[in-house]
Amino acid sequence: MSPIDWSKPRLRVRGLRKQYEDKVVLGGVDLEIYPGQIVALIGSSGSGKSTMLRCINLIEEISDGQIWLEGEDISVAGIDQDAVRKQVGMVFQAYNLFAHLSILDNITLALKHVQGKTKAEAEEIALGWLDRIGLADKADSYPDKLSGGQQQRTAIVRAVALNPKLLLLDEVTSALDPELVGEVLELIRDLKETGTTIIMATHELSFARDVADWVVFLDQGVVAEEGEAAEFFSNPKQARTKEFLTRLKR
Amino acid sequence: MTELQPQPQPSEAELSRRAFRQTRKRKSTLIAFISTLLFAAAVWFGLISTPGWSRVSQSFFDWPTAVASLPRVLEGLLLNLRVLVFAVIGVLFFGLLLAVLRTLRNPIFFPLRLFARVYVDFFRGLPLIIVLYLVGFGIPGLRLEWLGRIPAEVLGTVALTMTYSAYVAEVFRAGIESIHPSQRLAARSLGLSYGKTMRLVVLPQAIRRVAPPLMNDFVALQKDVGLISILGAIDAVRGAQIEVAKFANFTPYVVAGLLFVLLAIPTVRFADRISAKLASREQAGSTL
Ligand SMILES: Nc1ncnc2c1ncn2[C@@H]1O[C@H](COP(=O)(O)OP(=O)(O)OP(=O)(O)O)[C@@H](O)[C@H]1O
Ligand SMILES: [Mg+2]
Repeated sequence: MSPIDWSKPRLRVRGLRKQYEDKVVLGGVDLEIYPGQIVALIGSSGSGKSTMLRCINLIEEISDGQIWLEGEDISVAGIDQDAVRKQVGMVFQAYNLFAHLSILDNITLALKHVQGKTKAEAEEIALGWLDRIGLADKADSYPDKLSGGQQQRTAIVRAVALNPKLLLLDEVTSALDPELVGEVLELIRDLKETGTTIIMATHELSFARDVADWVVFLDQGVVAEEGEAAEFFSNPKQARTKEFLTRLKR
Repeated sequence: MTELQPQPQPSEAELSRRAFRQTRKRKSTLIAFISTLLFAAAVWFGLISTPGWSRVSQSFFDWPTAVASLPRVLEGLLLNLRVLVFAVIGVLFFGLLLAVLRTLRNPIFFPLRLFARVYVDFFRGLPLIIVLYLVGFGIPGLRLEWLGRIPAEVLGTVALTMTYSAYVAEVFRAGIESIHPSQRLAARSLGLSYGKTMRLVVLPQAIRRVAPPLMNDFVALQKDVGLISILGAIDAVRGAQIEVAKFANFTPYVVAGLLFVLLAIPTVRFADRISAKLASREQAGSTL
């Protein structure tokens, strides 16, 4: 396991608010993520997990607050959003892969067209990753020939291959058949070794306990409790957290 | 595990089922054949029993006239084909351009977006024949000396391209909108710019998806190239018209019509083929 660098936060969020008309989804979120950390974002459905990830990736316009990536304010007016997204990867629940491109081309697309790598360089990187997840023989297949789990693993690897400063995973297993969830979680566990900094919204609590360094519990648009994974699950402090955990356990 | 082997000798029961299917199939073919024959005969007798049939058959289906008029009509058809090729290229280009302009969200592009929208509405409503007249007689009427004398077929190509671009733009736009928003988000979150997302992710998928309706529009365009004759271009229709005047017989029109149909058949078959192929691919799609 690569060590976490506590000297300077990779991501810093202060007073993040998001509202749609008069519905407040995020009511002032504070958060710090350190390089190499894997953070599990948990909370009941509708608590604002996806919204928060989308705000960090600048897909969603924020209503108030500030976000810094490695000390640079990325929420400042007029920021180059494309430049920020080059450094922050995101994988969604479903429909991630480009249907008209082979698995290999899905991975090389951004390497070539965003990072300016040559075809040969891009393919070497892509094949390395495909080999690592055991899909090298599928390089020339199209996404519709892959299982859901294989598709999601490809989508994650496609984002990781770009070496993002931060990788956002939004319930990447929740659209999968139960027997396919394991292989995707295995990949995330594997990514820990590469030192990738990850925030993942998830409903897989046992996995969060197992792999995450840090757990953030979002409730009614604010961080209700956060802490080291082991401590968080074995010894929750807040009544809301206890209630949430027991509700899910049943 | 043992592999399943094909059975060497079908069972008695299977053999009798096969025999039954065989006779049933032969019977169906026979019935279809007889029914078609009877239907054709009914239409034929219905036609020739009309009082004017002998005159119609003489002036529309006269074999010597057909043979004599064929060279000129064929020569005209070559012009139609040339016009078609240029029109298809122009329509694909401008149709796609108009469709993409309509998707731009940046306010700086507002005038372009508005133009695309007004253009599409306008030319979808305007009858092609009026566009042909306006372009065919309007542009030369401007007396732009530096342009010289523009051939009628060029003006016809311009008019066809103007009208069909509007239809095709709508087809492309529907295709662009049918691409799941997640595909766009996935592309953007990989750091691809708006333009690259459009060019590398959205358009390739959209174009594949709309290929069948697009082919349909091109089949329509293929026969509408015959309308350039009204501007005086010597195409298949105009060629037929000249032959009609020469022989005082309408058969050359039938000849030209049949040639257009023959020309359309490969395109139509091709369209069916790619539709079927795409449909089978689309089924799987990129869903989980
Ligand atoms: N575009 C929108 N307009 C209005 N309300 C929205 C919009 N998008 C999200 N919301 C609301 O914001 C709240 C938080 O949504 P969000 O998707 O972030 O929840 P979540 O924690 O990811 O839930 P889940 O676990 O079900 O994915 C929900 O109540 C949702 O209805
Ligand atoms: Mg969500």
